[in-house]
This record gives sequence, C-alpha cells and structure tokens, in this order.
Amino acid sequence: MGVSYFIIIMFIVEHIRKTLSTKENLPHWDRILIYSRFFAIFLLSAPWVLDQDNIFEWVWHAFMLGFIWVVYTKDEFKSVRSLMISVIPLVIIGIIGDVASAVSRDFYREYDNYFDMFKVFATIWVIAMWYQTRRQQKQVAIEGQQRLEEEKENQLMQARKAELEILVAERTREISQQKEELITTLDHLKTTQGQLIQAEKMASLGELTAGIAHEIQNPLNFVNNFAEVNSELIEELREEQEKESPDQGLVEEILKDLADNMQKMVHHGKRADSIVKGMLMHSRSGNGEKEVVDLNALADEYMRLAYHGLRAKDKSFNATLEKDFQPEVIMARVTPQDFGRVLLNIFNNAFYAVAQQTHGANENYRPTVRVSSRLSGDTVEIRIKDNGAGIPDAARARIFEPFFTTKPTGQGTGLGLSLSFDIIRNGHMGTLEVESEKNAFTEFIIRIPQEIKN
Amino acid sequence: MQNANQNDTKILVVDDEQDIKPLFEMRFRREIRSGELSFSFAFSGEEALRYMEDHASEVVLILSDINMPGMSGIELLKRIRLDHPSPNPKVMMVTAYNDNDYYQQAISNGANDFLTKPIDFSKLKEKLQTL
Repeated sequence: MGVSYFIIIMFIVEHIRKTLSTKENLPHWDRILIYSRFFAIFLLSAPWVLDQDNIFEWVWHAFMLGFIWVVYTKDEFKSVRSLMISVIPLVIIGIIGDVASAVSRDFYREYDNYFDMFKVFATIWVIAMWYQTRRQQKQVAIEGQQRLEEEKENQLMQARKAELEILVAERTREISQQKEELITTLDHLKTTQGQLIQAEKMASLGELTAGIAHEIQNPLNFVNNFAEVNSELIEELREEQEKESPDQGLVEEILKDLADNMQKMVHHGKRADSIVKGMLMHSRSGNGEKEVVDLNALADEYMRLAYHGLRAKDKSFNATLEKDFQPEVIMARVTPQDFGRVLLNIFNNAFYAVAQQTHGANENYRPTVRVSSRLSGDTVEIRIKDNGAGIPDAARARIFEPFFTTKPTGQGTGLGLSLSFDIIRNGHMGTLEVESEKNAFTEFIIRIPQEIKN
Repeated sequence: MQNANQNDTKILVVDDEQDIKPLFEMRFRREIRSGELSFSFAFSGEEALRYMEDHASEVVLILSDINMPGMSGIELLKRIRLDHPSPNPKVMMVTAYNDNDYYQQAISNGANDFLTKPIDFSKLKEKLQTL
C-alpha cells in the first residue's frame, strides 16, 4: 500500500508544482509540498529500517487523508481538486482493508483477494483520472494558447484599426479643409461674377451716358449762348428806346432777332430734352419687375441710343437706320431694363460691326442697321440686322459663351451677349438666335412670348 | 468787297452745327457792323477746303471744330497745312472734349491755338484782338 501512496504523492506533488507553478506563485505552499515529498520518502523507507509495518500503514492513511483534505479545501489548489477525488477510493479501500485485518485476521485472509482487486481497481482509477485530468489540462492549455493568439491578433487588429482611424481622421480633415477652400473659392467666384455682370452693365451704360452727355452738350451750349445774346439785345433795345428819336428800323430788327433766337433756344432745348428722356428710359432704376410696354417704341429708342453712343465717340461715323416695325404697337410683358440691355447690346454690336466695315477701303459701302418687329400669334419677334463683316462660323458657335469676344482687349468684356442670352432665355422664356453670312450680314433674332393675358 | 476795310479780318468758322452761323453773327454783330471782323461759314471739312480754294488770300483765321462727320477737324488741319504752309491762315481748333490726345494731335499738326466748348466768346474776342 505504501508504494502506491508514495507514487501517488510523488506524481501529485510534481503535478501540482508544475501546473500551478507554485515555486513562483505560492512559495509557502511549494515548501509544504516539498516537505510532503520528503515525508513520503521517509514513510516509504521507514518500515525497512524500523520494522514497525502496521503503525506506518496507519500513518500513511492519516497522511494521505490530511494531504487530500488540505489540497481539496484550500482555494489555491482549486484546479487540481478533481485529482484528489480520484485518490479517495484508494485510501478508503486501504483503510477498510487495514481495519478488517486488525479486527479479524481470518476475515481479512478470506477476502484478501477482493481487497487486492479493489486496490488494483482504485489504483487504475487514480491513473485513469490523472490521465484524464492531464488531457483536460492539455486541452485547456491549447485553448489558452489559442486564446492568447487570438488576443494577440485582436491586439494587432486593434492597433491596425487605430492606425486606420488616424488615417481616416486625417483624410477627413484634409477633405473637409478642401471643401472649405472650395466653398471660399466658390464664394469668390460668385462675387467676381456679380462684379463682372455689374461691370458689363456699367460698361454699356457708361459708353452710352458718355455719348449722351456729349450729345446734350451742343444743344445746351446753344441755349446758353442765345440766351446771353438775347440779354445783350434787350439791353440794346432799351438803349435805343431811351433815345429821343429811336431808330424804328433797328428796333424792328432787334425784335426780330430776339424772336429768332428764342425759337432757336426752344429748338435746342427740346433737342436736349429728347436725349435726356432717352437716357432716363435706359437708366430708369428698374426694380426688376415686369411691365407691359410697347416693344416697337423700346426698340426704336435703344437703336437711337446706341447710334448716338457710337457717334459720340466717333462723329465721322454715319449709318442708315432702317426701321420696319409692325404698324400696330406690340405690347409685351418684359423687364424693361433687362430687355433694353439686350437691345442695346445687340445694337451696339451691330453699329460696331458696320463701323469696322466703314474703316475698310470700299467707298461704295453704305453702313446700314435695320430693325424689324412682328407679332405672330402671341410670339413677338424682333430682328436686328447689320451689313457688317459677318461672324465666322467658328466664332458664331461660341458667341453666347461668357468671356468670348473678338474685340481687342479692353474693348469688350465678352459678357454682353452671354448676359443677353440669359436675360432672354431665363428672364423672358424666349430665344435668342443669330444668323450670319461672311461679308454680307449678321442678324440677331429675339423671340419672346407676349404674355399680356392673365 | 472792293470797299472792304483794309483792317477787315476774315474768319472761316467750320462746324457741322448749322446754328453756329446765327450764333456767331449775333455774338459778333457789333464787330461785323463796324467792319472789324467778317465771317464765313462751312459746315464740313470738305466744304471748308472748297472755300479755301477760292478765298485762300482773304482768310486770316480758321476756327474749326474737331469732331465732325466725314472729314474731321484734324484731317482738315493737315490738309490746310499741306496746301498753305505758313504763315496764314492761322488755325484755331475747337472741340467739346478737353482731351489731351486731341490737343497733342492739333498742336503737332500745326494748330496755332486751341479752344474748348462751350466757347467763351469774351475770351475768343480777346484772342482775336491780338491778330
């Protein structure tokens, strides 16, 4: 019996120390385990020396029970508790056998074989249990290893994830920064666009007002001059009448001159008046609302304005203005300021084209700009035609593009026609087309719905 | 014209505005009545040149607008200086633009003086006194 116990103690002690690493984790218990081993060696060898077989059998039992009790009850050895249970049957059989032999040696002898057999079974049971435990522990160890690897992998993934998150955050910041920049750029572009449109409006208006101012200057000078002359004449008349014998002939002459001069003043005053009225029509601070106006009158007015504008800059310029309006008035709902700007733009281009052609050598060239209007159904059609050099096909395709201009730098913004196109198409739901033939003509055709019924 | 005063100063006014004629005649009516000055009028550069062909010796001063349809005042000045190198007639340019560019052109083409519209007639009279 002692040999079995010895082997079990040796194994279990070794097993506990190894599995729990008691040397590092539980140094106190490790020492006790080592003492237990020494005690087991003592118990095994003592009977040979001291010849007290029976007593040592009991000491073995007590030691085993004590050992099992301690290992089984202490929390530190929880993981090896099951192994202890496997030893219990062997110890119980050993105790029963020894008790039986102590009470009745005969009885024990009789059943000696059974006891031995039970002991063998119990021993096998211990081995089997131990083996089972070992296997389970190995399994646990493998699983632990796996878990460890998984954890490692997880950590790696975590690290990668963190790295990616930083990258994503960085990219997001870059993108949102770019977005901010784009928004700013877009704002700038919108502002610039607004400024350009304003500049274009001012350019056409400025050109016109300069011309108009010049046109007004001449009649105004005449009014002032004739008024001054009349003051002098009146003074002369008074002097003559204060004489004792006024020269009636001279008085008559002065009176006639006065009347003539007054007539001239009225004439030039009216001349200035009509020009100012035209200017007011153009610069009238439109609130952008649509009004029903006579398009024949509007077209006529802007044709004259454009002509005067060009003549103000280049008085040697002359052109025949042909008008072919529909006899009846053509009323239509338009934004007068915007629509007028379109007309002015096209007329300006037309006069510019014929002026350019005038500077050519051909003496028989007669610069002509023609405006015509028709109403068919409820569509108003206005055609503006010049006999200038025409527009080459390549340029015609791009003529309504913003910033496209064939004029020398500084003479055109390249926005006039693109703005006109926008005003007609989006502002008036109409169309703006151009037809042209090289060295023959250019004709712009505006078509808009009348929109007066509602 | 035979009994014309020796001191008669003949001035050719060139302007496309027709009413420049009655205006000058009114403004200078005393001088015209007294025979100090006499005026002729041309309403374009071309007309002025034609007039000069016949009356070159009489005209002492040409008073010309610059901005005119057809032949401009500058062009007229060039032609006159080509046909009548010096000393007469004197040429005085008038324009509505107080424009340095026109001024330079007028001076470099041999204009004797320069006036801006509106014409200051008392100033013009002073200038004419010195002729």
